[in-house]
Amino acid sequence: MMMQMVMRRIAIGFATLIVVSIIVFVMTSILPGDVAQIILGQSATPETLAALRKQLGMDQPGYIRYFQWLGNMASGDLGISKAGGATIESLIAGRLGNTMVMAGLVAAISIPISIALGLWAAMHPGTWLDRFVTFGTLSTISVPEFFIATILVLILAVELHWLPSTAYLTGEENPLELLRALAMPLITLVIVVSAQMIRMTRAGILNVMSSPYIEMAILKGVPRRRIILRHAFFNAIGPIVNVIALNLAYLVSGVVIVETIFAYPGLAKLMIDGVQTRDLPLVQACAMIFCGTYVVLILLADIASILSNPRLRNPK
Amino acid sequence: MDREKLVEVRDLRISATNDDGDIIPIVKGVSFNIHKGEVVALIGESGSGKTTISLASLAYTKPGLHFAGGELLIGGEDMLQAEPLRTRDIRGSKVAYLAQSAAATFNPAITIGEQVTESAVLHGILTQEQANKRAVELYRALELPDPDRIGIRYPHQVSGGQLQRLMAAMALCGKPDLMVLDEPTTALDVTTQIEVLKAFKKVIHEEDSAAIYVTHDLAVVAQIADYIVVLYGGEVMEQGTSDQIINNPTHAYTQRLMAAVRPKPQAGLGTAVGAEHEREIPAIKVRDMTAGYGGIVNGEPKVPILRDINVEVKNGHVVGVIGESGCGKSTLARVMAGLLPQARGSIKLDDEELEGDLRDRRLEQLQKIQFVFQMADTALNPKQVIGDIIGRPLEFYHGLKGKKKHAKVVEILEMVELPAEFASRYPMELSGGQKQRINMARSLAANPEVMLCDEVTSALDSIVGANVIKLLTALRDKTGVSFVFISHDLSTVASFADEIVVLYAGRVVEQGPTDEVLTPPYHPYTRLLISSVPELRIGWLEDTMKKREMAVGIAKNVEITSIGCPFFSRCPMGIEGTCEKQNPPVRELKMGHQIACHRTIEELEEVEIEVQRALHEDEHAADQGEEGTLH
Repeated sequence: MMMQMVMRRIAIGFATLIVVSIIVFVMTSILPGDVAQIILGQSATPETLAALRKQLGMDQPGYIRYFQWLGNMASGDLGISKAGGATIESLIAGRLGNTMVMAGLVAAISIPISIALGLWAAMHPGTWLDRFVTFGTLSTISVPEFFIATILVLILAVELHWLPSTAYLTGEENPLELLRALAMPLITLVIVVSAQMIRMTRAGILNVMSSPYIEMAILKGVPRRRIILRHAFFNAIGPIVNVIALNLAYLVSGVVIVETIFAYPGLAKLMIDGVQTRDLPLVQACAMIFCGTYVVLILLADIASILSNPRLRNPK
Repeated sequence: MDREKLVEVRDLRISATNDDGDIIPIVKGVSFNIHKGEVVALIGESGSGKTTISLASLAYTKPGLHFAGGELLIGGEDMLQAEPLRTRDIRGSKVAYLAQSAAATFNPAITIGEQVTESAVLHGILTQEQANKRAVELYRALELPDPDRIGIRYPHQVSGGQLQRLMAAMALCGKPDLMVLDEPTTALDVTTQIEVLKAFKKVIHEEDSAAIYVTHDLAVVAQIADYIVVLYGGEVMEQGTSDQIINNPTHAYTQRLMAAVRPKPQAGLGTAVGAEHEREIPAIKVRDMTAGYGGIVNGEPKVPILRDINVEVKNGHVVGVIGESGCGKSTLARVMAGLLPQARGSIKLDDEELEGDLRDRRLEQLQKIQFVFQMADTALNPKQVIGDIIGRPLEFYHGLKGKKKHAKVVEILEMVELPAEFASRYPMELSGGQKQRINMARSLAANPEVMLCDEVTSALDSIVGANVIKLLTALRDKTGVSFVFISHDLSTVASFADEIVVLYAGRVVEQGPTDEVLTPPYHPYTRLLISSVPELRIGWLEDTMKKREMAVGIAKNVEITSIGCPFFSRCPMGIEGTCEKQNPPVRELKMGHQIACHRTIEELEEVEIEVQRALHEDEHAADQGEEGTLH
């Protein structure tokens, strides 16, 4: 039964990816202007345009181009950037690495901190500490991330001169320099993603705390600490992993503002550049990577909640 | 009683603080003692303060309550004065708690074994290994199946009755001085209740532990308690030994409680139907109906529940549907209401074929069949006032608006015996019994022909429940509406139903007029249900356990079978080779009374004669025994 459910989730994830690929392809196809126009410029004659379109395979019907594109993408060939002439893999490779380093570091710092703070707040509801956490997280959620980033730049870079205000990489930094360069966007992102995870952990635990089995644990003389960690946490895992997954996906695709502010060469910024130059193959490839990340992470979260449910793990 | 005093409760007072900051006394100066090895019952209806008092022995009050005075000494230590850290030591080691619903009090994510041993290990009473060993001993003493391995299972993997007994193991594992049992059998089927009561009694005796037993059910108390404290409105009305209270109650309130005890289900309790509501055509007629869950493949449900059901609901009649949980009672109501389309067979309303799916039924057909759900708490929208809740069907089915609607709401409130002011109140402001009346009023507002009532009195205590039944009967007489009344409580059904349908594992094993069903011959399952209803008599439990049907029928689960008689595995008179292989024939008796059994009517009657003879011999022997001791 559990295997069945997991397989079904995987199948649904796969179907979602296909649907997304169709949407991405159609949306980019109906954008005005095409690559041939951009390469040849405003002064191109209709004949040269037609010749270039033919050369790029753009005279084929849409569904054939879709399947070609899908087949190429599945075999790892993302195509050639139509604006620059370089392969898209080579463009993406470096940027994807940067994005993954950033996302990985942020996740490694924020997930443990968030769960610990969420649990701590849930263990002491109503205390000044809990109120501080609740107030702090609510404020960071309601404030846009560029504002947080700007404030941090003002304090840490402009006033105190502790950290550089940009995170531009040359590729020749030693690890310490790299960390220093990444510090500002890192702190910003940790603050932004932690707030939601802390709140969800706290709310999930407190929701379970009103169950009769928690009252039973109290009447068995179980210490509050153990009640939360052993009795409540495992029953609250479902919503918590889902929020974690959504935030991780955001770290890969949604951080464009933060990347822009700190001039960090990540994947999201590459996509924005692609949109500006009408580089459709690049935009399509980036969009598919982002959607794929979402689908995979949500899938993992779903599987984690299925696995954490003893009713599904141990059938009758 | 010259045993050592364990618990002394002196002038205990507990109060609540409401939203306006007013202090309301809940327990108003209660005093009683508990000796070692003694079971003391706190009995009273909801609101009597019995649970609040019992929780005080764990140095615990529900949120919003506080200790206001007096003392509660356990071994000389006052629980009301215990420091927070000390309370943690007391709970689970000195005093252990057993809640009403084991299904809700076991953590679904932790194995049974860990939960049973947790408290004993945390308090340092036993090491994990010793605790595991003791747990297995307790499982064995509580007659749980597979005692060596049941601990590694999760709560959802065992039955409700087993979970209730496992909770007793959880309470006893740390060898507490005192156990608090809060309505531990109230939510169970009568058959499961016997099994659990028997196990509790045995283990309390073997462990020589003292216990507080909280309940509203005097018949249960008579089986297990040594001493009874009768409570009303937070005060003691009367207290004394079980023998005194049960056989010679002096206080008027105790006598009222005794009167509300479920009578032994028997013929002659039902009321007759008013002739003006009689009609030729039955309101609902179910023919050869099969239904289940998980979708339908080739006319068969994937998970079959009900099989070949033939039932009629006559106009103005109350049809009681009884059976243990898992027998398909609610499924039957869901099929009638169109919530679950049947796989095969037909359902007719006023001789007109009904679609299986309620979405395909006409508005007037929907209006004629109304459902009343068990839990008024979850069935009523907490954000709507009563007037809107009752007004909705008036508007939807009858197009009433404005003043006309309000007038009708008031009229309906009157019918369920509630004042007109209730129209502007929210469900939260009402008591459990009042909410259940609103729940019925909403169905009534549609002006239905049939009301399907699914366990509507099960969550209410006996006095409130009895009033709801009275109301149902009055409504039937006034409006001629028919009721399908689903309950696991045979006594309630027997007290007012015109016909009874006995369901077992998705099949009708017996049905007919109440008086016919409740007089012999019985289907063996009906007989098991009847003998499982506790009597207000000390020693009833022991006498009942000696009966033949108990030896075979108790402590077994309902299992749905595709062929043969599903009751075979629990039947004291099954015919091997026949009963489990062939579907039983339906035997017709007088007045439409039917029994589905391989045994002939004569054989079923013979059993009855034997039982009566055995009973007489027993009484005779007992009489002679008494005479013997006299001389």
